Amino acid sequence: MSVFKVGMCDMQVVTPPDILSTSGLGSCIGICLYDPLKKIAGMAHIMLPDSTQARGNINEARFADTAIPVLINIMLTKGASKESLVAKIVGGAQMFNFSNLNNVMRVGERNGFAVLAKLKQEGIPVLAQDIGGNFGRSIKFDPEDGKVYISTLDKGESIR
Amino acid sequence: MDEFLQLSSTQKDILKEVSNIGAGSGASALAQLLRRKITMSVPGVRVIPLNEVVNVIGMAEDKVVGIFQRAEGVAPCNILFILSYQSAMHLVDMMLNRSLGTTRFMDKLDISAIEEMGNIVSGSFLNALFEFTRVKFVPSVPAMSIDMADAMLNSVLYNYGYVGDYALIIDTEFTEQHRHLEGKFFLFPDPGSLTSILTALKVADKDVSF
Repeated sequence: MSVFKVGMCDMQVVTPPDILSTSGLGSCIGICLYDPLKKIAGMAHIMLPDSTQARGNINEARFADTAIPVLINIMLTKGASKESLVAKIVGGAQMFNFSNLNNVMRVGERNGFAVLAKLKQEGIPVLAQDIGGNFGRSIKFDPEDGKVYISTLDKGESIR
Repeated sequence: MDEFLQLSSTQKDILKEVSNIGAGSGASALAQLLRRKITMSVPGVRVIPLNEVVNVIGMAEDKVVGIFQRAEGVAPCNILFILSYQSAMHLVDMMLNRSLGTTRFMDKLDISAIEEMGNIVSGSFLNALFEFTRVKFVPSVPAMSIDMADAMLNSVLYNYGYVGDYALIIDTEFTEQHRHLEGKFFLFPDPGSLTSILTALKVADKDVSF
């Protein structure tokens, strides 16, 4: 078994016995897609909600709206079927709180909305979400059973 | 195109020198505030791929105390000052004249002491930059978080994501004489801010538009 680390603005797809992990999700979101029949798991660690605001070259893994379709495609080429895909999403926190927070800085919240909207558009049901708040999260995603293990520093651990 | 990749080594050296002056000013402000000797490392000016930033900085999931400020102006920047959890406790003890090891948990007063410290260090850093460049920075009030270092870092790099795959990181380490206090100070100039700073320093290459 190996643990595949998914870095910021990165995505990977594995099957058992390998597992996926990403650490220190702040305003970023870890998107976990899963085909329970084929036991294929994909994870993207997105940073921003919307690629249409980007200038220059676009790395699809950076944005919610582009990362999801690309991740789906990679999973389909590895044998997953789109109809059976389900999603679990984690992250989207606001690590630093200001009284006069402007919209640009409210990245975590906007990431959450963007990910949910894109998943809905793709017709992928969201089985679990642990988003928002003001704390960091690390996750491990096991394709054997599709469970996502969430750990935090002070808010305990949970399995989704 | 990632603008930071076009930075020449001369421009990097100049940024390093300017940051050195800023960091020196930040370190002496901290020394005055705490009435202790503070040393600083030579600042690094680094261009790092976004997906490697947390590896390069290497604090991973450590529990740290981070103070974040946004500086607006013609060259907007994000500023993050990260202290180990232990250092932050020591800092409170030093600032409030308690003997080291007294503070175990942070209350409201302790938090505002730490935020104020961040404000003073970043203020001195930016003032020194201003003296040199005449580029004005208007820092926000500080906000503090106690959490994983990675989570803080990936939350303050958002501005880079819109333009490319790289972040520009200017960083320096502050260390108290007896290592009771160790902090890392990061300045993340927004994409585009670099042009303003380099133009002000008259080292913007005319053939290269940032």
